[in-house]
Amino acid sequence: MADVIKCATRDAYGNALKALGQRDDILVLDADLAKATKTGVFKKEFPDKFIDCGIAECNMMGVAAGLASTGYTVFASSFAMFSAGRAFEQVRNSIAYPNLNVKIGATHAGISVGEDGASHQCCEDIALMRVVPNMTIINPADDVEAYQAVLAAADHDGPVYMRFGRLAVPRVNAEDYKFELGKGVTLRDGSDVTIVATGLLVSEALEAAEALKADGIDARVINIHTIKPIDRDLLIKAAEETGAIVTAEEHSVIGGLGGAVCEVLSEACPVPVLRLGVEDTFGRSGPAVKLLHLFGLDAAHIAEKAKKAVALKK
Amino acid sequence: MDTKTKLELQKIAVRIRKGVIEGTGHAKSGHPGGSLSIADIVAYLYFHEMNVDPKNPKWPDRDRFVLSKGHTAPALYASLALKGFFPWEHIATLRQPDSILQGHPSMKYTPGVDMSTGSLGQGISAAVGMALGAKLQGKAFRVYAPLGDGEIEEGQVWEAAMLAGNRKLDNLVAIVDWNNLQIDGSLDEVNSPCPIDKKFEAFGWNVITIDGHDFDQIDAAFAAAKACKGKPTCIIAKTIKGKGVSFMEDKCEWHGSAPNAEQYEQAMAELDAALAGLEA
Repeated sequence: MADVIKCATRDAYGNALKALGQRDDILVLDADLAKATKTGVFKKEFPDKFIDCGIAECNMMGVAAGLASTGYTVFASSFAMFSAGRAFEQVRNSIAYPNLNVKIGATHAGISVGEDGASHQCCEDIALMRVVPNMTIINPADDVEAYQAVLAAADHDGPVYMRFGRLAVPRVNAEDYKFELGKGVTLRDGSDVTIVATGLLVSEALEAAEALKADGIDARVINIHTIKPIDRDLLIKAAEETGAIVTAEEHSVIGGLGGAVCEVLSEACPVPVLRLGVEDTFGRSGPAVKLLHLFGLDAAHIAEKAKKAVALKK
Repeated sequence: MDTKTKLELQKIAVRIRKGVIEGTGHAKSGHPGGSLSIADIVAYLYFHEMNVDPKNPKWPDRDRFVLSKGHTAPALYASLALKGFFPWEHIATLRQPDSILQGHPSMKYTPGVDMSTGSLGQGISAAVGMALGAKLQGKAFRVYAPLGDGEIEEGQVWEAAMLAGNRKLDNLVAIVDWNNLQIDGSLDEVNSPCPIDKKFEAFGWNVITIDGHDFDQIDAAFAAAKACKGKPTCIIAKTIKGKGVSFMEDKCEWHGSAPNAEQYEQAMAELDAALAGLEA
C-alpha cells in the first residue's frame, strides 16, 4: 500500500488563512490559542490583521461581530468547546441573529483531542450550532477539503462554523478535489447500504466499505462535509437506492450528523438508519487513536453497524 | 452649551420620553424605567454629538450607537423616529408581530440600529469590535455604547473593558446608566458592581462621573471624551430610573412593566406639561 499522507485539518486551516491574508477584508481573531488553532501561521505573515483577544471567548465573538459590521470578514478561533460551548449565546445573539460575516474556526473538536480529556473533548458542537438559524456548518474530512472549505467560507455571505481536528488524519481527497459548499460527495458507489460519514470518520468509512466486500455487502460511502445546510437530495437518493443508512461521526450520536440525516429521511424516505458516534457519554484522557477505537469510532465498528443496517432492510 | 441648544435638547428628551410611554403603553409590555433614565443621553447623542444620516442608515463612516442595555430600546426607537429614520407612527406598533420595532434592538428590522442587542453584556463587545474596526481602517467614526448599571454585573463587560483599555480605543465611549435599580432591587440588594469608576479606571479607561440629566454636564463629558487620547472613556451617568414620570421615578417596579390606560394618561399629561413649560 502506498504511503498515506496524514495531516491535521487545523493545519490546513492555518495555511488557508495565510492564503486569504492577501485580501483586505480578512481579519483573524484568537483567544490565546494561536499556536494550537494554527492561526499563528496567519499571525506570522499578517501581524496587523491578527487580534489576540486573550482568554475571553465570549468577548471575542462579540468583537468579531462588531468588526464584521464595519465591513470585515472575520475569522474567530478557539477550541470547539469554547467556541460552540462557552460562547454559544454570543454566537447566537451577536453573530447569527444579525447574520454577520463571522467565520468560526473551531479546532480540537471531538475526542481525538486525546490526552487533555473530557473537559476539552467537545462532542456537542455540531448539535449546538445546528439549531442556530443562519448558521452554516462544515466538518471537513481531510486537509485538502479543510483548506478549500476555509476559502469557501470566506466567500460565503453570513456566519459559518468550521470544525477542525487536532489529530493528523489520512488524506482521502485527491489534489484536484473541488469542494462545493452544501454538496455531499459520493466517494464510493454501492447498492446494499450507504455509510454517510463526516470528518475523520470518512477515511474509516472507506475502509469499512472495503472490508464489507468480504461479507458480500456492497456499501456506498458519502462524505457529508457540510452538515448544514445538508445535501437532502443526495441522502434521499441513497436511501431510495440502497435502502439502509449508517451515519458515522466523531460527535455525540445525539443532534449531529446522525440526527440531521434522520430528520431528512424520516420525513422524505424512511429507511433503517443506524447512528455511529460518541454514545451519550463524556470522553476521557488517552492517546487519540486509542480513544477512537475505545469509543467505537473506527472502520470495524462502522462495518458492524452496516451489517446490522442491512439486516434491518425489509 | 448655549441656552437655545440646551432648550432644544430638553424638548427632544421629553419627546423621547413620550415615545417611551406611547410604545410601552400600546405594547402593554416593555421597559419604561431604564428607557426614561437614559433619554437625555440618547437625545444628546442623536441630536448633538453623533454624525449619522437618516437617509443613509448604513453609511460606512457614520458614528455607531450600540445600545448594550438593549431592553431600553423604546428610548432608541423614539430618538430614531424623531431623527427621521422612520415615521413616528411605528412607535405605537412596538413589540407587535408586524412591527419593525422588536422588543430589543434588531439590525434586521429597524433602520438606524447599528447592532442587535438585548442579551446583557454583549453589546459592549460589539462596540469594541466597531471601534477596533475604525482604527484598523483609519476611519474617524466614533462608537457610543450605553450600559445598564446592573448589566455591568455580566463578566463579559469586563472582558470587553480589558480589551478596549489594552487597545487604547479612544474612539469608544461607554455610558453607564447609573440609576441604582435593577429588576430584583437596588444594586446593593442584588450584587453591586460599585465602585464603578475605580473598576473602569483599573481597566485603563478615562472615567467621568456626571449627572445624566444635566445637559451642561453631559456636553462637557462627551467633549472631554473626545479630547482624551489613548484611552476609551466611560461616562458614569447618575440618573433616576423612570425620570420624567412622577410615579415611575426611582421605583424598581417600573423596570419591566408598562403603564395601564390610566397611568398612560397621567404620564402623558405630565410629559405634555413639561413640554409646554419648555416651549413657553
